[in-house]
Parts: sequence; structure tokens; C-alpha cells
Amino acid sequence: MTENKTTISSFDTDHEVRALDTMCINESHLTHKWYHNIKYIIVGILFGIVFVKAEVISWFRIQEMFRLQSFHMFGVIGSAVAVGVLSVWLIKRYKLKTIYGEQIEFHPKKFNKGQIYGGLLFGLGWAMTGACPGPLFAQLGTGALAVIVTILSAVAGTWVYGYFRDRLPH
Amino acid sequence: MLEIIKQPWPWYIAGPLIGLTVPALLLLGNKHFGISANLRHICAACVPAKVPFFKYDWKKEVWNLLFVLGIIIGGAIAASWLQNPSAIELHPKLAEELAGYGITNYESLVPTELFSFQSLFTGRGFLIMVVGGFIVGFGTRYAGGCTSGHSIMGLSNLQWPSLVATISFMIGGFIMANFILPFIMTL
Repeated sequence: MTENKTTISSFDTDHEVRALDTMCINESHLTHKWYHNIKYIIVGILFGIVFVKAEVISWFRIQEMFRLQSFHMFGVIGSAVAVGVLSVWLIKRYKLKTIYGEQIEFHPKKFNKGQIYGGLLFGLGWAMTGACPGPLFAQLGTGALAVIVTILSAVAGTWVYGYFRDRLPH
Repeated sequence: MLEIIKQPWPWYIAGPLIGLTVPALLLLGNKHFGISANLRHICAACVPAKVPFFKYDWKKEVWNLLFVLGIIIGGAIAASWLQNPSAIELHPKLAEELAGYGITNYESLVPTELFSFQSLFTGRGFLIMVVGGFIVGFGTRYAGGCTSGHSIMGLSNLQWPSLVATISFMIGGFIMANFILPFIMTL
């Protein structure tokens, strides 16, 4: 039986570690030259423009959302999820492949208490900074340079979480 | 055309476009949409410090760091060439509340009275930028994702833990905005 353990490839264990508490990962088993990554910059640029133009990155719009004074943000998130659900359903239904012909993979997310404790903490921070991680970067791009402080604090928060991870309830 | 684009985009245009990021990343290369993971990749790349949580092949996730680089560039493009010339329109009740804290400038997407290097030396500026940022980073990783990873990608894949996370985000935000932030703003 111990032989079985040693035959787990380093790739699988690395996938485990990367997937730990994260669903946003690279499921591709292919390796490409660096310039294949340029397309993600382009998707990011389009995404960033939408963020700014929909005022999703506005501190004011987030305050309105949490005071239930505007439908805007609920509409944005709700319709984004609706399109996402439909897309994922279509991808699964028709077993669509990537542009490289690779099967698109989904992994179920396991529940742990971190989703509640961490979720509440993030919610508190979201209403303070008026931004979740994506908008923080878009705000920086619009020239709000002081937001670099918030981003570096968020990196520090992530690091402290990683350091104390084993001692936190999950 | 450009004049129309310069106006703020309504939710029913912006929301579906944001939702399309999910299939775009999946079809382009089996990539799962999520942004807070980048904060972890930055830790893994810059200060892993033998913490097991940061010992993984972050280079495999370079695509995500480039995606975020794109978001920064997109923000710059939108602010430079597609900016709405008039100030943001606020709910009158919020405007009244904010005026009470001395926040009256809606020209920028972030209130300049709160988010500036000088404001770091005020109680509320420090709490909002430094402490707020810290719990955004700590909380998203503890929760295993943020609005993009859980609320959009996770819900799109009908993952109930992501629904739990999303409800927790909303409860946390509701408590902060309505009960704690009014106090912080007076500091």
C-alpha cells in the first residue's frame, strides 16, 4: 500500500496544494510558451473596462448596495451569475473543449467553516474599502494610487492567513 | 457611439459581460475565474517563507497574474478615454449621510477625502485603507475566494459552499456599512 502513495505524481500533489481553499485555478494539463498567456491580459483589459464603466469599482456604489439604496450592484452580480450558470451548463451539456481541444474540468467545492468566518470578515472589509480584490486593481489603474496601500495590506492579510492557517477553525 | 460608451453602463449590460468572463477563461484554457487567488500567488512568489500554504508552483498560475495586470490596464484605458465627464449620481440619503462625514466630492470613483496618502495618517483613513485591506486579504483566503471566485464562478458551477460564502460576504458588508462604518467615519 505504501507503494501506492509514492506513485502519486508530483503534479497531482501540486494540484492539491494549489487548489487548497481556492477554486480559481489553472485546470489545464498543457504547458505553453509564455506568449499564450497574452490572451488573459486581453480578457483582463476588457473586464477592467467593464468594471470602471459599470461603476462596480466605485466606493459609493458599494455603500449604496449595503444600505439597500440601489439595485445596480445586485443587478450586476445577479445577471453575471445568470450568464455564468447558463455558460457552465452549456459547457457541461455539450462537453465543450478548450481552444486547445482539452476537456474542460470542474471540481466540486468542499464546505468548511472558513467560508462563514472568512466570508464575514471579507464582507466587513468589502464595505470598508468599497472594493473586492478585482476592483482594487482596477481602482489602481484609474489612477487612485493610494489604493496600492490597500492592495499591499490585502497581500499581508493573505500571508498572515497562510501562516496561521493550521490554527484557525475550518 | 463614443458618447454612449462614455455614459455609465447599466447593470443589464455590465452584468452579462462580467458573467461572460467565466466561459471565456474556461474555453481559452481551462482557467477558473477568480481574483483573490492572486494575492496568494504574490505571497508564494515574493515571501513564501517556508509556509506550506505558499509552497506550490505559482508559475502555473501566471495567467491569473496577467489577467490582473490586464484589469489594471483596462482601468487605465477606461479612466483615460472612456470616462464619464459628470460626477457619479448618488442616492440622496447616502449623499446626506456622507456629507455628515465631510465627504462631498463624487468626482472620483473612490472618495478622495478617504483614499489618499495623507488620509493614511487619520484614524478613519488608516482603518479603511490598511485594516480594511488586511481583512479583505485575510477574509477572502480564509473563505477560499472572493466575489469572483465564489459569488460568480462558484455560483455559476452551482456550488452550495459558494452560496454560503456569498451570503456571509453580504452579511459582513451589511453589518459594516450600517453599524460600524458610521462610527469609523467619525474618527
